[in-house]
Amino acid sequence: MVMQFLKKAGLGVLLAMLSMAAHAEFTWNFPTPATPMAMDTLHVHNKFMVIVMIIFLVVLGIMIYSIVNHRKSKGYKPATFTGPSTRSQVIWTLVPFAILLYIDFILMGIPAYHSVVMMEDTKTNADMVVKVTGSQWRWQYEYMSGDAQGIKFVSNLSTPQDQIDNKEPKGEHYLLEVDNHLVLPVGKKVRILLTSTDVIHNWWVPAFGSARDAIPGFLRETWVRVDVPGTYRGQCKELCGKGHGFMPVVVDAVPEDQYKVWVADQKVKLAAASAGADKVWTKEDLIANGKNVYEKNCAVCHQITGTGLPPAFPSLAGSKVINGPIFDANGKVLKDSHLDRVFNGKNVMPAWKNTLNDTEIASVITYERNSFGNKMGDMVQPSQVKALR
Amino acid sequence: MSNATAVHHDAHDAHPTGIMRWLTTTNHKDIGTMYLTFSLIMFLVGGSMILGVRAELFKPGLQLMRPEFFNQLIGVHALVMIFAALMPAATGFANWMLPLQIGAPDMALPRLNNWGFWLLPPAAILLTLPFTLALFGIGDGAVATGWTMYAPLSVQGGIGVDFAIFSVHLLGISSVLGSINVIVTILNMRAPGMTLMKMPMFAWGWLITAFLLIATIPVLAGAVTMLLTDRHFGTHFFDAAGGGDPILFQHLFWFFGHPEVYILLLPVWGFMPQILQTFSRKPMYGYKAQVYSLWAIGALSVVVWAHHFFTVGMPVPALLYFMYSTMSISLPLAVLFYCWIATIWKGSLSFETPMLFAVGWIILFGIGGLTGLVLADVAADAQYHHSYFVVAHFHYTLFAGGIMGIMAGVYYWLPKMTGHMYNEKLGKIHFWLTAISFNMTFIPQFFLGLAGMPRRIPDYALQFAEFNMISSIAAFALGLSQLLFVYNIIMCVRGGKKATDKVWEGAQGLEWTLPSPPPYHSFTEQPTIK
Repeated sequence: MVMQFLKKAGLGVLLAMLSMAAHAEFTWNFPTPATPMAMDTLHVHNKFMVIVMIIFLVVLGIMIYSIVNHRKSKGYKPATFTGPSTRSQVIWTLVPFAILLYIDFILMGIPAYHSVVMMEDTKTNADMVVKVTGSQWRWQYEYMSGDAQGIKFVSNLSTPQDQIDNKEPKGEHYLLEVDNHLVLPVGKKVRILLTSTDVIHNWWVPAFGSARDAIPGFLRETWVRVDVPGTYRGQCKELCGKGHGFMPVVVDAVPEDQYKVWVADQKVKLAAASAGADKVWTKEDLIANGKNVYEKNCAVCHQITGTGLPPAFPSLAGSKVINGPIFDANGKVLKDSHLDRVFNGKNVMPAWKNTLNDTEIASVITYERNSFGNKMGDMVQPSQVKALR
Repeated sequence: MSNATAVHHDAHDAHPTGIMRWLTTTNHKDIGTMYLTFSLIMFLVGGSMILGVRAELFKPGLQLMRPEFFNQLIGVHALVMIFAALMPAATGFANWMLPLQIGAPDMALPRLNNWGFWLLPPAAILLTLPFTLALFGIGDGAVATGWTMYAPLSVQGGIGVDFAIFSVHLLGISSVLGSINVIVTILNMRAPGMTLMKMPMFAWGWLITAFLLIATIPVLAGAVTMLLTDRHFGTHFFDAAGGGDPILFQHLFWFFGHPEVYILLLPVWGFMPQILQTFSRKPMYGYKAQVYSLWAIGALSVVVWAHHFFTVGMPVPALLYFMYSTMSISLPLAVLFYCWIATIWKGSLSFETPMLFAVGWIILFGIGGLTGLVLADVAADAQYHHSYFVVAHFHYTLFAGGIMGIMAGVYYWLPKMTGHMYNEKLGKIHFWLTAISFNMTFIPQFFLGLAGMPRRIPDYALQFAEFNMISSIAAFALGLSQLLFVYNIIMCVRGGKKATDKVWEGAQGLEWTLPSPPPYHSFTEQPTIK
C-alpha cells in the first residue's frame, strides 16, 4: 500500500521534473559569444572549469576512499604519523604543490595574461568610438567619430510598469528591452568610452564578454567587435539605486550597408529636431509631446501621477519650483527656477541639458506646469531653451 | 600563598545574579556565552531578511516589495551576517575556549572584554533601527547600497547610511578591543611549557585574525568617516567635481574587505583540524606547515584587495599583479587542505555531528576555494563579476566555510560548555538538511551567474525564472532547518545526558581535562605542558 503510493508519487515527481526540463530554458554556461573577447573568455572559462573540476573530483575521491575505509566501525586502527617522514613521502607532499604552481602560473596564468592584454587594448585599429553615459536609470549613447558623429540618444527601459507589477502578462524580452537600441556595424572594432552623471554603473552585455564600470567624473574604456549580426541584450551590473534592475542594454549589430542607412536616417531625425527647436510651437503640441517625454524620463522618480516618492523624490503637484516664475523682468532665466532645475539639475535631480534636446526640455516643462493640478497656463518655447546653450 | 589565592577566588564567585550578572560580568565564559547567543539571534535576523529577498525572487515581477526595500534587505543581510553573526561567533569561541586551551584562568583584560561585547547590541540596533523609523515616517529606511557602501551611491543615500556608518564604527571598536584581548592573552597567559609552536591551532588562527583586524579595521573606519564628511561636511574625497575619486572608496573598503574574509575564516581553520583529529583518533598532520600557511595567507590577504573590482578599469600591470597575487593564495590554502585531508587519512573515523559538519565543510569550502581561483582570472572575471556566480562563490566560502564551520564548533564544544550531550540524531538530521538545501540553493546560482543574471536586482528576465524558483524553495528549506539547530541547542542547555569530562573518545587538549561544564574559574592549579 505504502510502496504503491511511493511509486505513484515518485512517478509523478519524475514526470513533473521531465516536463519542467522540457519547457524550461536552463542555460548552463556563458551565452554564445559574439565578439573575439567573449570567445576568448568562454575558452578560458571552460578550460579553468575543467581543471578545477578535476582537482575537486580527485580530492573528493581521496576523501571518500578514506571515509569508506578508515572507519572505527570497521575496526580500522589509526596511524600515528604527523607529517612526511621518509624522503619519498616528502617528495609526494611536494608533488601536489608543484602541480598547483604549474596550474596557477603556467596552465591558467599564461592564457590569462594574453586575455588581459587583449581586453585592455582598446585603441589599436579601432574603427569608431562610441561614448556611453550611465545615469539613474538609463543609458545614453553618443557616436564620437566617423559618419555617425553627432548622433546621440537616450535608451530607456520599454517594459511597461504593468508587466513589472504583474497586471499584464510578461513579454518575451521582459526587462531586457529598450526604446532606442544602440546600433553597431558588424566586424568593426568599436572603442567604447564610459562615464556616468551620478553614481557608478556597469555596462554589460554577456555575449560581448566585456563589462566596464561607468564612473562619474572619469572616462573608462573597453571595446567590442561584434562578428555575428543580431540583437544582444544585457544589463547594468553595479548596484546604482532603486532602478538598478531596470536599465538594460540592447545592441543591434547590423551589416555595414544597413548601418549606413540607419546613420542617414538618424541624421535626418537630428536635423528635424534642430528645425523643431526654431519653430514656434502651440501649447497643446508642447503638452502632448511633453507627456511622452515625461513618462519616458521623469516618471521613474516623480511617478506617472506626479506625486513623487517623498522625501527622496519630491511631488510635482503644487511644487514651489514648478509654480514659480521662470524668467525675470529682463527675460533672463532665474536661478532655481523650473527651467534651471531641469536644465542643470540639483543634488539627486540630474541635469538634462545633455540628455534631452531643446524641444524635449521645453515640452516637458510646459507639460509639468499644466498638469498634476498645476495651473500655470504658461509655456516655454524650444527656442528659449536653445538660447541657454 | 596558594591559600590566599583560593580565598581571593571565592570572593570573585559571589557575583551578582539575574540581569546584573550579565551586564557586569568579566568572566570569559559568561561573555563567551553572550557573544554566542547574540550571534545566534543575529543569524536568525539576517536569515529572515534574506528569506524575504528569496521570496521576492521566487518568480519574475515585483510581488512583495518595492526595489528600495529590496536593496535595504540585501545590504543589511550582509552586514548582519558578517559583523553580527559570524564575527561574534568566532569571538565567542575565543572567549570560551582560548583560556581553557592555553591553560589560562581568564582572558587577560576582563573589563575590556565586557565592554567589547556590550558595544555589539547597540551597533546591531543602530543598523536595523532605520527599518523601524521608516514605519513612523522618519527617513527612507536602512542602508540601501549593499554592504560595500560604494560612493557616490552612499553619498546620495538616506539616513540609513549614517546609521550604518556609526554602526560600523561601534562594531569596529568592539572587534579591535576583542583582538587586543586575544593577542595579550595568547602572548602572556599560556601555561608554562606551552611554547608558541605547541599552541593549539585555534590559538594560532585567532592570533593572526587579531593582527589582521587591528591592521584593517582602522582603514574601514577611516573610509566610512570620509564618507560621513562627504555626506554632511562638504568634503570631496569621493567626488570628482572636487578633485576626489569614487574608486578611492573601493580601494579603502577592500583593503579592509579582503582581509575580512580571512578574519571570518581563520578562527574556523584553527579549530577545524582539532575536530578532525578528535574524530580521526590520530594526531594532527603537518602542524608547522599549517601554522606557516596561516601566516602566509594572513600576509597575502592584505595585498590582493583590488581583485574585488577588476571591472573599474585599471592599468594592465595592476590587473596582472592583482591576478597573480590572488592566484598565489591558492598555494598556502592547498597546503591547509592537504593537511586537513592527511589528518583524517588512515585515522579511525567516526561520524558524530561535529565530524559530519567538518567533512562537509572541507568539501563545500573546497568548492568556494576553487571557484575563487577561477574568479582571479581578470578576463573571465569581467563575466563573473557582480553576477550571481560571485554570490554563489562567496556563500560557499562564508556559509559553508564560515557558518557550517562554526556549527561544527558548536556541536563539538556544546557538551563541554553545558555539561550535557545534545541530541545526536537531531544534529545529524540538521547536518543533512543543511548540506542538501545549501547546495540546492547555491548551485543554481552559479548557472544563473554564467547565464548573465546580475546580483542585487529585485526582478529579472524570464530566462532566469526556473533556477531562481529552485533556489528560493531550497533557501526556505535551509532557513527552516536552522530551527532544528536552535531547538537542539536550547534542549542541550536545559538538560540531557550528562557529558563526561573528555566528551569525545579522541579528544586532545587542555579543555578536555576540566569537568563538563568547567568551573566558573577554570584552572585552580595551573597546568604545565611537557
